[in-house]
Amino acid sequence: MTLLSMQRDMRAWLVHEDEAAAARMGARAHAGFGVYQNNYRAQLVACLESSFPRTRAWTGDEAFLNAAALHIDRVPPSSWTLDAYPHDFPTTLSALYPDDPEIEEIAQIELALEQMFVAADGTIVTVDDLQDIDWDRASLRIAHTIELVDLRTNAFALWSAIAAGDQPPTVEHRKVSDIILVWRQDGQCRIRTIDQTEFQALRALRAGTRFGDLCSDAAILFGQERGTALVGQWLGKWLADGLIAAID
Amino acid sequence: MIPSFAGFGLGLRKPHYAEFLEHRVSVDFLEVISENFMVDGGRPRQILRDIRARYPVALHGVSMSIGSADGLDAAYLTRLRNLIDEIEPLFVSDHLSWTRIEGFNSHDLLPLPYTEESLAMVCTNVDRAQDVLGRAMLIENPSTYLEFAPADMSEWTFLGRLCERTGCGLLLDVNNVFVSATNHGFDPRAYLDGVPHEHVRQIHLAGHSRGEQLLVDTHDQPVALTVWELFAHIWPQLGPVATMIERDDNIPPLAELLAELAAARRAAAGDMPVAA
Repeated sequence: MTLLSMQRDMRAWLVHEDEAAAARMGARAHAGFGVYQNNYRAQLVACLESSFPRTRAWTGDEAFLNAAALHIDRVPPSSWTLDAYPHDFPTTLSALYPDDPEIEEIAQIELALEQMFVAADGTIVTVDDLQDIDWDRASLRIAHTIELVDLRTNAFALWSAIAAGDQPPTVEHRKVSDIILVWRQDGQCRIRTIDQTEFQALRALRAGTRFGDLCSDAAILFGQERGTALVGQWLGKWLADGLIAAID
Repeated sequence: MIPSFAGFGLGLRKPHYAEFLEHRVSVDFLEVISENFMVDGGRPRQILRDIRARYPVALHGVSMSIGSADGLDAAYLTRLRNLIDEIEPLFVSDHLSWTRIEGFNSHDLLPLPYTEESLAMVCTNVDRAQDVLGRAMLIENPSTYLEFAPADMSEWTFLGRLCERTGCGLLLDVNNVFVSATNHGFDPRAYLDGVPHEHVRQIHLAGHSRGEQLLVDTHDQPVALTVWELFAHIWPQLGPVATMIERDDNIPPLAELLAELAAARRAAAGDMPVAA
């Protein structure tokens, strides 16, 4: 047996508990196969438990462990880092609980926060940097360390209540999505809800829309005075929150 | 040859970050798990920079997979090289094992058959890693729970030939020797006497647990008396080495680990710990 075929057989044993593959490896001390199988699954369960504590609190331990077991069967790990393993778990939750979308959405919030924790560092524009800027032509570059999450339920309220140790509210389904903004500032992950107009504005800036065009669009939607005031408020908040990486 | 470092250290774990950063803790070095800091940015990387400003640091990896029959992950090596360039560690180490094959990563240290084919593959992989990393590595003996029938040599012979062919050094985990020796029925002193002492640069001391049929390298207990005895056996045979307590689970207060490290210092001086 070649090394490659042995390693393929070990993978088949770990992922599918393939007894024939284990037998082909010609190993002594067969009890050892159980140790490796247990280590493999226990490590992945621990990874999911660590990444999704509030999802687990919402579903309960038994349901969470069932979902984790299903996910481990469905998605064998592929990256060198365990940090990547939780990425697909919300999809598994969505498939498992199609009538309870808040479960997947609480997991999405936790995932966004975890990813933000180790996102790339970058420069931040502050109020002191705002000199000699041609605002009509300026493009605002949004920091890498932000994530926008679209929620069809009151998952943010549920997540917040679980985090605070409060009684969670009843689940509500939204006609218009809640949007939450997750970002990192001074090494701390932060989270807040934003309305649809601010969401659209941030998406437009990410897509390369110039600041002057953003102001024009706001003026068309809300009138000149209110549109300008609104964009001014957003700009003040984005600067205070450290969301602007550069102004070109 | 890899330069030696004589000292006594600990594995840096999250519950102890603040104590190491806020006080001058009496350790000669700290070892960190490389992958925990091979991230794009954020607090983990900053914490490691702050730790490095206060203590010498060794990087210890668990995901290089130097035994993979399909070679190494280039992106992994690039990230590790970036971390090495920033941290300038004492040592860079990983295990004589494999974790990844053809896009699957087990995140567990899986055993190799000690054959000529495996040796050739591991040498190729270590050579490549050392080229990319720009330095020689230390390779750690693993705890194993399986032995493969078509073995051409013992683990200690395999490690000796690996060192000769690649110029790598050894991270000798005394607990792993004891766990594997118990599981597979060989003499741990023969292992310790058989490894090439001149290549040993670092020692791990850790605890284990007893499973249903096998010892398991759980790193969640204090160092066992039998492991202290093996440490006392090997220590006088080695040159200057970096010795440390490795605890990954059931992590006690830092004071307990420092007391265990003090026991290692005493054991190295010939004063063996005794059973409680």
